[in-house]
Amino acid sequence: MSVHEQFAEDLALYALGSLEGGERQALEAHLEGCASCRRELEVSRGDLSLLALTTAGPKPPARARQRLMSAIAKEPRLPAIAPEPQPRFWPSFGRPALGWIAAAALALVCIGLVRQNSTLQRDMASLRVRFQNQFNDQEGKLEQANEVVTTLLDPESTKIELVAVGNKPQPRGKAIYQRRTRNLIFLASNLPPLPAQRIYELWLFPASGGAPIAAGLFKPDARGSATVVNPPLPEGVEAKSFVVTLEPESGSHEAPRGTPVIVGMGE
Amino acid sequence: MLSADGDAMTSDQALVTAIRSGDQGAMAALYDRFSSIVYSVALRVLQDTGAAEDVLQDIFMQLWRNPGAFDASRGNMAAWLSVIARHRAIDALRRRRPESDIEDVVVSVEPDFASDADRSRTMDKIRGALQTMPAPQRSALEMAYFEGLTHSEIAEKTGEPLGTIKTRIRTGLLALRKVLAA
Repeated sequence: MSVHEQFAEDLALYALGSLEGGERQALEAHLEGCASCRRELEVSRGDLSLLALTTAGPKPPARARQRLMSAIAKEPRLPAIAPEPQPRFWPSFGRPALGWIAAAALALVCIGLVRQNSTLQRDMASLRVRFQNQFNDQEGKLEQANEVVTTLLDPESTKIELVAVGNKPQPRGKAIYQRRTRNLIFLASNLPPLPAQRIYELWLFPASGGAPIAAGLFKPDARGSATVVNPPLPEGVEAKSFVVTLEPESGSHEAPRGTPVIVGMGE
Repeated sequence: MLSADGDAMTSDQALVTAIRSGDQGAMAALYDRFSSIVYSVALRVLQDTGAAEDVLQDIFMQLWRNPGAFDASRGNMAAWLSVIARHRAIDALRRRRPESDIEDVVVSVEPDFASDADRSRTMDKIRGALQTMPAPQRSALEMAYFEGLTHSEIAEKTGEPLGTIKTRIRTGLLALRKVLAA
């Protein structure tokens, strides 16, 4: 029995949350060093999620929707900046039992605290302004980025490719990849319609010469356009090239088996 | 898998993007699309309509507060929400604090539900697999999944040896996978 077979039954239970005690700890220790079992766990969880979907049927009552929408309307989306505290004035001394000396000493302390308080207030106000400016700036950039992504991904966006007059549009793709963040946006156009039981698969070929990495399965629309956004990728891989291949419908995952359709080298 | 324009995945992501900017209408649309999935999973686990409504409210409020928790590249939204609904309902059933935040839940689902028809076909396959499974196997799988019982609790409840329960659950899961791959 291999190490992986030894954990096979426990993986199923772990995916269900049903494994406990020493068996759970042993499996978690094994998972830390075993990518193959981590992948198996993820797939098991995916299969089990479909089990949950088989319950679909009853709809929640209308009051549940009202309750949610009412709660949402009351809840601010962004963290509110704490209101600036109002200046507090030291209470007047009205107790004759306190002697003049004590009163004078307290007055001095009071003046010092009021001054310190004023300084703190000014510092806080200045920080608030700086924070608000930075926040507005970031929010503006985020909004702009959102608009770009929304336009790119919006099914209603018109996507037209310009080619030299008289030329027939050729299949093409553009991969925008950020190694550090593992973000990948891939846009394809003019892809031929898929034959039956086939699918397109995007591959990242590492600059290190290592094995190609599967970067997403996709089907083009009626006009041959398709998008892949942020498929799961390992950390820090420098890309030498991206290739789209025609694969069996379930994809090839480990290594491309099908015909390359388009290919592009990194800069 | 991420597919091309006009599919359900892209639309879900577009709704999430709108929710990020505080669009309450997008939140209502997302609720209309997925509330019955979340509610029915919670109801199946909890067997109580009031408690299931609380789970429903809790999950969608978390999504409103943290729409970035959903990552379209790691699973489709229906599957993701159903897993969260199951977790939360079991937590409620056992009256324990939530064990994981919604953003920690990652679901890798091979079939991509480009349409309701796709989802319906996959569900028919799974239901068919459950119906053809030997009753003790199906029962072990459902007790673990929908009642949140550990394998030792199932063994105690059924009077079967622990090893038998483990094998039944594993075999049941493999049977589901086989049906999905077909």
